Amino acid sequence: MITIRDLNHDRDGKPTLREIDLTLQSGGITALIGPNGAGKSTLLSLIARLIPLQHGQIMVDDLQIGACANDALARRLAILPQTSDAAPLLTVRELVSFGRYPYHKGRPSAEDRERVEAALATFDLAPLAERRLDTLSGGQRQRAQVAMTFAQETDYILLDEPLNNLDIAASRGLMHTLQDLARTHDRTIVIVLHDINYAAAYADQIVAMKDGRITHHGAAREVVTDAMLSEVYGTSARVHRIGDTVVVAV
Amino acid sequence: MYPKRLWWLLALLGLCIALYLGLGARGNWGFVLSFRANKLIALLLVAVSVSTATVLFQTITRNHILTPSVMGFDALYLLTLTVLIFVLGGQTFTQLPEIAQFLVNSLLLMGAALALFGTLLRRGGHDLFRMILTGIIFAGLFRSVSSFLQRVIDPNEFMVLQANAFARFGRVDTPLLTLAALLTGGALIAAWRMRHRLDVLSLGDESAVNLGEDPKRGMFQVLVLVSILVSVSTALVGPMAFLGLLVVSVARQITPVMFHSIMLPSAGLVSAITLVGGQMVLERALRSSTPLVVIVDVLGGLVFLILLLRRKPR
Repeated sequence: MITIRDLNHDRDGKPTLREIDLTLQSGGITALIGPNGAGKSTLLSLIARLIPLQHGQIMVDDLQIGACANDALARRLAILPQTSDAAPLLTVRELVSFGRYPYHKGRPSAEDRERVEAALATFDLAPLAERRLDTLSGGQRQRAQVAMTFAQETDYILLDEPLNNLDIAASRGLMHTLQDLARTHDRTIVIVLHDINYAAAYADQIVAMKDGRITHHGAAREVVTDAMLSEVYGTSARVHRIGDTVVVAV
Repeated sequence: MYPKRLWWLLALLGLCIALYLGLGARGNWGFVLSFRANKLIALLLVAVSVSTATVLFQTITRNHILTPSVMGFDALYLLTLTVLIFVLGGQTFTQLPEIAQFLVNSLLLMGAALALFGTLLRRGGHDLFRMILTGIIFAGLFRSVSSFLQRVIDPNEFMVLQANAFARFGRVDTPLLTLAALLTGGALIAAWRMRHRLDVLSLGDESAVNLGEDPKRGMFQVLVLVSILVSVSTALVGPMAFLGLLVVSVARQITPVMFHSIMLPSAGLVSAITLVGGQMVLERALRSSTPLVVIVDVLGGLVFLILLLRRKPR
């Protein structure tokens, strides 16, 4: 369970988050949505301790962000880094192996190697294991990074707009993978999404934000409505319900 | 595959060392060997310090073009030396025992280097061109201040300065070498023990945090090590400008991996081969008195230009 209490955050003197109180239950996929500049990414970065906490408190189960040991948190919570070209020379297996670093600090045991192979198999990466990252497509590289966070074996996985630069096939592939991680592997997933349709289709919970505040929080079906769209985004797009699915006509 | 290449490099270095020590030695072998061994140790020490400092620096700046020298370190050396002679006077400076000269010089440099690199990295972030630009402007500033002070001091002091401003392997004595070996040896061991953390840090700040490494702490520790390594080796023999860039670029071709357990030894070996082999060819085969630095700088400068021009725009 991620508990956020009385969180305020300023950047360059401007308030980006105001009085955030939020409890995210364990399990399932929670999507953070909202217009640009609503503070979704800032909130995610604060939970992942990518930026220092200014005011308020964030707890991930019993670990307090900013106070607990870095490597203890690295075994509990992972953030999928935005696709980087920082390490083009790595092979897929080498990248996935880094997921075990919080456990072995550079000296992998036989068990660590097994976990890496298992992660490669789970994500159908075994045929690509020896390929270098710079020879892969964007979707394949994304999958390799998800495999790395999978090998990290954290209860929580955070993702910041992972669908940027992915085509529809790769986007759906990634979302299905995340759904599988949440359902069969009991991981809790928090994801910042731009496309409300993806949020409505794959997320169990949706948190909508505007101007640094949380405006809506609830099951995807209940949150995505005409009224929410006009309140949060200021647009009059229509929401259609077709059977179990919710679709925003754009 | 790559560990095998390291063994080849090691064999080549062994050959260079044997030739350097043995070739053309006449007369009293004991005397010749001890004289040359001293010089050899200085060469090896500087070679490994410069290559390690360059690899570390490139890891935290996350590019393969920048080196401490490119970022204005050599100009900083000249400035501290000038200020030192300006403040103490040439007379006092040359009368200081060599150890004291070395210590004052390297301590001043360490502090200044830490301040310089710290400022550059904190302000520039990871914007490569901005960092190169700031480095060049800082170097220009340091040079201007140095040349202003050089105009003010009297000609005798200027001569003292000139003698110390260029890399030379001629006059390294044993106590000095021992002290330098202890300082750099400690830094090298620390760098080697950090090798797995360095791998993680080179993935990027976010990835490092995700894997439980604090990038700020890592960067500070690396900067301290870099400052020690470049300051001690520069205070020992003088600035080596493009040596680091040249040897690390060659090492990246020979062992194209990002793992520091391979890159650190690989770069160290290439660097040692370049210095010892180059010095051997120059001194023994060509009987030339051209300083090796001049040749290394020409080649290194070319590599720098090629890297900069070939770089794909993002």
